[in-house]
Amino acid sequence: MKFTLHIWRQENARAKGHFETYPLEGISPDCSFLEMLDILNEQLINDHIAHPVCFDNDCREGICGMCGLYINGRPHGNDDGITTCQLHMRKFHDGDDIWIEPWRAKPFPVIRDLVVDRSAFDKIIQAGGYISTTTGGVPDANTIPVPKHKADMAMDAASCIGCGACVAACKNASAMLFVGAKVSHLALLPQGQIEAADRVHKMVCKMDELGFGSCTNTYACEAECPKLIKRQNISRLNRQWIGALFGRDRK
Amino acid sequence: MKLDSKIPAGPLAEKWTNYKASQKLVNPANKRKLDIIVVGTGLAGASAAASLGAMGFNVDIFCIQDSPRRAHSIAAQGGINAAKNYQNDGDSVERLFRDTIKGGDYRAREANVYRLAEVSGAIIDQCVAQGVPFARDYGGLLDNRSFGGAQVSRTFYAKGQTGQQLLLGAYGALSREIARGTVKLHTRCEMMDLVVVEGRARGIIVRNLVTGDLERYAAHAVVLATGGYGNLYYLSTNAMNSNGSAAWVCHRKGAAFANPCYVQIHPTCIPVHGDYQSKLTLMSESLRNDGRIWVPKKKEDAEAIRAGKLKPTEIPEENRDYYLERRYPAFGNLVPRDVASRAAKERCDAGYGVGTGYAVYLDFADAIQCLGKDVVEQKYGNLFQMYQKITDENPYETPMMIYPAIHYTMGGLWVDYELQTTIPGLFAAGEANFSDHGANRLGASALMQGLADGYFVLPYTMQNYLADQIYVGKISATTPEFDAAEEVVRVRLNRLLQIGAQATLNSKLSTLNSVDHFHKALGKIMWEYCGMARNTESLTKAKKLVSELEEEFWKKVFIPGTSNEFNPELEKAYRLEDYFELAQLVIDDAMHREESCGGHFRTEHQTQDGETLRDDERFMYVAAWEYQGHGHTETMEKEPLVYEHIQIANRNYK
Repeated sequence: MKFTLHIWRQENARAKGHFETYPLEGISPDCSFLEMLDILNEQLINDHIAHPVCFDNDCREGICGMCGLYINGRPHGNDDGITTCQLHMRKFHDGDDIWIEPWRAKPFPVIRDLVVDRSAFDKIIQAGGYISTTTGGVPDANTIPVPKHKADMAMDAASCIGCGACVAACKNASAMLFVGAKVSHLALLPQGQIEAADRVHKMVCKMDELGFGSCTNTYACEAECPKLIKRQNISRLNRQWIGALFGRDRK
Repeated sequence: MKLDSKIPAGPLAEKWTNYKASQKLVNPANKRKLDIIVVGTGLAGASAAASLGAMGFNVDIFCIQDSPRRAHSIAAQGGINAAKNYQNDGDSVERLFRDTIKGGDYRAREANVYRLAEVSGAIIDQCVAQGVPFARDYGGLLDNRSFGGAQVSRTFYAKGQTGQQLLLGAYGALSREIARGTVKLHTRCEMMDLVVVEGRARGIIVRNLVTGDLERYAAHAVVLATGGYGNLYYLSTNAMNSNGSAAWVCHRKGAAFANPCYVQIHPTCIPVHGDYQSKLTLMSESLRNDGRIWVPKKKEDAEAIRAGKLKPTEIPEENRDYYLERRYPAFGNLVPRDVASRAAKERCDAGYGVGTGYAVYLDFADAIQCLGKDVVEQKYGNLFQMYQKITDENPYETPMMIYPAIHYTMGGLWVDYELQTTIPGLFAAGEANFSDHGANRLGASALMQGLADGYFVLPYTMQNYLADQIYVGKISATTPEFDAAEEVVRVRLNRLLQIGAQATLNSKLSTLNSVDHFHKALGKIMWEYCGMARNTESLTKAKKLVSELEEEFWKKVFIPGTSNEFNPELEKAYRLEDYFELAQLVIDDAMHREESCGGHFRTEHQTQDGETLRDDERFMYVAAWEYQGHGHTETMEKEPLVYEHIQIANRNYK
């Protein structure tokens, strides 16, 4: 297959970025999107024209959350329920123009080319996205029964891979789906109840502080989530938030 | 080098209890004065840092990715073993211990394995307390499933994403400590060297991957939890950035490396389909619960399939060879990984392979007919979807094609009972050490070991070491040892970048190749001659080819850019540089071990039915290698394996 790639190049966070065009030929339809970029880089290295295109990637099986490219206007490209590394070239037409950009959101500054800094997500989790336990001294696992449907819902929310597609897809760069997924995961479990009110308060405040935008309920995040995390998690986040506003015991 | 495994005295079942009762402790006020470095944020690293931080030590943790949650533990699918006996099917600590020793083909240390089985239950308790959403039954209690090499159901799971959920649990605990200030997080930082002062591990040199700056960190102890070296083979189920370099620089500084030739090859991976391929995707072992593995019985059928003239569904039942069920009636499709992998290779080498010739079928037609498509979809839906996305074939209609691939390395840094390497103050945990799986790891045991080491072993054994360190005071990072280590790294990086600069001067730029070009070539050599089957001839050849390739690498590798910027090509290059040395050691170890055991299969040593043939008389020991300088053959020390408790037997799954 043959493609014309338009790739965002930016040397570092301070430099001005621009699109660069690269023609590419002889790509197998069974090739994954990142393997296609590997081939391009191999050519750039062999031809000594330009520095290879930098893009984050690691597990290449859709679970680590490291890869994330904006492809022809969609985070993770034109397929549902997959990450960029799971996208294959057979999803494109021979001769296509492909536009490749990094996540664009104020809290995710570009490091180089298509690589962005997502440490803002870590900071939101550090604000309270956990159950406070120290190692040891916990009760036997089966002394905490959890209704199966709740455990399943918690699991669905917990499958978030922290890739940032929700933020990239949102016109406001809101992180509500990411935060909603973590708040839901823990709020659905009995273990998570004790800190629930405090947790949602701290996580939402941190999210705002880091410059993520507000949610205006367009649900682009849900449509683009590679793990198909549902918008109901945002509703649950809102309910938890309101509960925390009125019900939280203050010191 | 003297190996002292420090196994506590007394009966096996009391060793850990006795150890804990008599070890040295550090009082809370002193903990604050002690610094610990943890490298790696996978299950072992994150759990160790979280536990040590919560105890009050000052911890610095490092990872090469943009977040601790990216570590490759996240990709583990199937589950985690624990001897809870919730299913009342006869499980116990003793049973898990015995299965693990047998699964490892009697090449693991008894005391370590017993301790692993002993703490396994507490891991599940800890994870549930953290909110890990394990699968549950309708009564709200925890569910289990079976894995290879066991006859009980002791595997806890969270859909096909158990590793992810366990890692997020540990990441949560770690995040809490970061918020409390007991742990400092350093992302996109790569360990480049270990600093040894007066014989003790006292710090590390790291490269900031964004700016390229070299930075120094000093501490009273260092924990290495950087995973395995499976990417030595280029194509593996490991993540692209997983590498063996951190462990290897420790080896260069004097830490012994144990059993490097024990490499696990996983039987159910999506086969290789092209030269451009960057990695292999695993299909969970749990699929073997219901899938049946076969190849055509007739060679002409296999040929017709390969030529695209025949479909697998057109081959009648009587012309299919369900070779695992034929050879191993007792365990059938659920034999351990090494056994299943070799059997697939045997059929393909004999000319019965499908696809490119290097693939076999994993067929769910019977399961779909017997259980219904809905049930199969519920159990394996996400895996089937993953398969379809990659191959564009529908596994509900046509059998999956699978082939073995490099997956895990049982070998690693040699550690004693306290998980301390031969360098005092340097500890190794998880896949980075060699300790618990012998010559073959059972499914769902890697997660168990990573978390056991981090949550329940290191927090005890490290105190035993650190108790004396309170008299040392703060460790300085400005000593000559740090200067020297940093200089070595600088020289190394410059040497790599010089190759391209030299070629530019001599206008020979067009003769150069990318790092990947060399890594792929190295992987091919290792897979071909030191992979699933090895012998004197193939290993001799491998050694020669690796030397030649390394020579070429130093003349012809081109790394664009400089060391003072975000430069992934440079990262790949220094990791590959270490792989060249590591490859030689893997080959030497494979050569010296003239027996077959677990994942190490020497074709000269097999039974008439093609099974592994151990030589307990000569090889019942751990081979611990000591670095002697680049290009020099390493020397080997033996740690004899003494089995006081278990009855040694042939490993039989028939």
